[in-house]
Amino acid sequence: MAIPLSYTLRSLAARKLTTLLTAGGMALVVFVFATVLMLEEGLRKTLVETGSPDNVVVTRRSAGTEVQSIIDREQAAIVEGQPEVAYGMDGTRLTSKEAIVLISLAKRNSDKASNILIRGMGQKGIELRPQVRIVEGRMFRPGSTEIIAGKSVAERYTGAGVGETLRFGQREWNVVGIIDAGKTGFDSEIWGDADQLMQAFRRPVYSSVILKLNDPAAFTQFETRVENDPRLTLEAKQESVFYAEQSRVLANFIRYLGMILSVVFSAGAIIGAMITMYASVANRASEIGTLRALGFRRKNILSAFLVEAMMLGATGGVAGLVLASFMQFFTISTMNWQSFSELAFGFTLNVTIILKSFAFALIMGVAGGFLPAARAARLNIVDALRAA
Amino acid sequence: MENLSEPIVQIRHLTKSYRRGEQLVPVLTNISFDIISSEFIALMGPSGSGKSTLLNLIAGIDKPDSGSLKVNGTDIATLSEADLADWRAANVGFIFQFYNLMPVLTAFENVELPLLLTRLSRSQRRERVELALSMVGLTDRMEHYPSELSGGQQQRVAIARAFITDPVILVADEPTGDLDRASADEILSMLERLNSEMGKTIIMVTHDPHAAKSAHSIRHLEKGELDVRS
Repeated sequence: MAIPLSYTLRSLAARKLTTLLTAGGMALVVFVFATVLMLEEGLRKTLVETGSPDNVVVTRRSAGTEVQSIIDREQAAIVEGQPEVAYGMDGTRLTSKEAIVLISLAKRNSDKASNILIRGMGQKGIELRPQVRIVEGRMFRPGSTEIIAGKSVAERYTGAGVGETLRFGQREWNVVGIIDAGKTGFDSEIWGDADQLMQAFRRPVYSSVILKLNDPAAFTQFETRVENDPRLTLEAKQESVFYAEQSRVLANFIRYLGMILSVVFSAGAIIGAMITMYASVANRASEIGTLRALGFRRKNILSAFLVEAMMLGATGGVAGLVLASFMQFFTISTMNWQSFSELAFGFTLNVTIILKSFAFALIMGVAGGFLPAARAARLNIVDALRAA
Repeated sequence: MENLSEPIVQIRHLTKSYRRGEQLVPVLTNISFDIISSEFIALMGPSGSGKSTLLNLIAGIDKPDSGSLKVNGTDIATLSEADLADWRAANVGFIFQFYNLMPVLTAFENVELPLLLTRLSRSQRRERVELALSMVGLTDRMEHYPSELSGGQQQRVAIARAFITDPVILVADEPTGDLDRASADEILSMLERLNSEMGKTIIMVTHDPHAAKSAHSIRHLEKGELDVRS
């Protein structure tokens, strides 16, 4: 049987200050690590959940984003007429020909301005996004200069609340409703009538066509048809895939920066744990000698000290995760470099992140504790007993 | 059960030296003697005479350079590190000058430690530990930590820990060296009882002639060799 866990736990508790300081250092690293993962997950969730797997986004080939895409009216009509496209209850096709423009809006309580994405859409636009609900006011009327704003935009930008007015495209636009898109990317957009928006900005072309298929399994068939049609220079993507690709650059940036920070910080925490564990071994040389004399093997000593280091890591891991969990109350907004518009997203904590962070904390503990534990296991019994 | 006619410890031509820098310092030279079962012997000699080294070799926590060292029929000089650890757990009880109790464990848990290396169940361990602690008169101190006990009480806990596994030999290195006279006498009488009533073979290193009187025989070491007076 191994050296009892109570010995390990109480040895840690006996050195409260050292244990707390070392675990505290590890907690900070776990906090950074978990926060980065939460940020990446928040971004992924915001953008990926923006897209519905049943919907298809058609853009100009190689455009990458709706902002860079143009689709003329003729091409849009061809796409709309494809046999795979579903019909709505009213007997018309379930499509929305959309125009995207970026405008600069001033933030409330600040002079700073940011780019906001305005989405001009057809009448089926909101029907195609079942995750979007109007939480205040009403839907804009087609053919009018009415607009509805995403919750995040309404809260943070001057003139974007219900009953307020925004001026862009040389027109006054009345905000008549607020949409809650369940923390997806649509919360950072303003929606209005596509034709009105195209007139205001003197744009003759759409940016994208969003549509629902009769059967999601028919996507490949639809994609092949669109991409091989010589009249079309377009490409089709499932909406969820399209938005996942939108988040890739920003998510990769957050991931790499975060991982570099975590690795650098963890080196510091590992050294801290190593110093603590070396001191622990030195202070308890006679205890180690006694345990060995009583018949505990080298491997028992090694595992006892490794467990002790892992306990340090686990304490730091739990503390770091508790700290990181508070980040869920914060929302941050940043420029999405692929759409050049501002995107608000939160920190999302899930079981995978908890497990990864905890494993990271344990790995730090083991990395910091291995050499001291090996030293403890290799101590000469007679020399260790003389340390008494 | 060991055979009483056979010596429990057989030492033949035992040699041990330590390296100090470039120099090889001999500590024990060609030591040969036997200890018979249920004997209580004291090893005496000036500092540096090699008595603690000899005790460490008999207890299997150090290895000789040459010679043979049989304890209860096993030549422990030939055992591997891991086998030697198992052998110690089964055959040797240790009593140290400074008690060497785990400060974060209670008296009960300290005495229980060697039993964790056996196949005994939790309840069997509890039964044995309670009996051992009652034998050393510490039933009412079972849940106390070493820091809450006097030196004499700590050494009694250490004695309980030493005999809890019913070992073949008990080795005691200056067991009274850190105690006042009254506590020392208490410990010595406890060792005498372990020897006379339980038949434990005890090998004790001491500087104290008063302590040595508790032993049946005394072996003197002088500069790594057994003194002819022994």
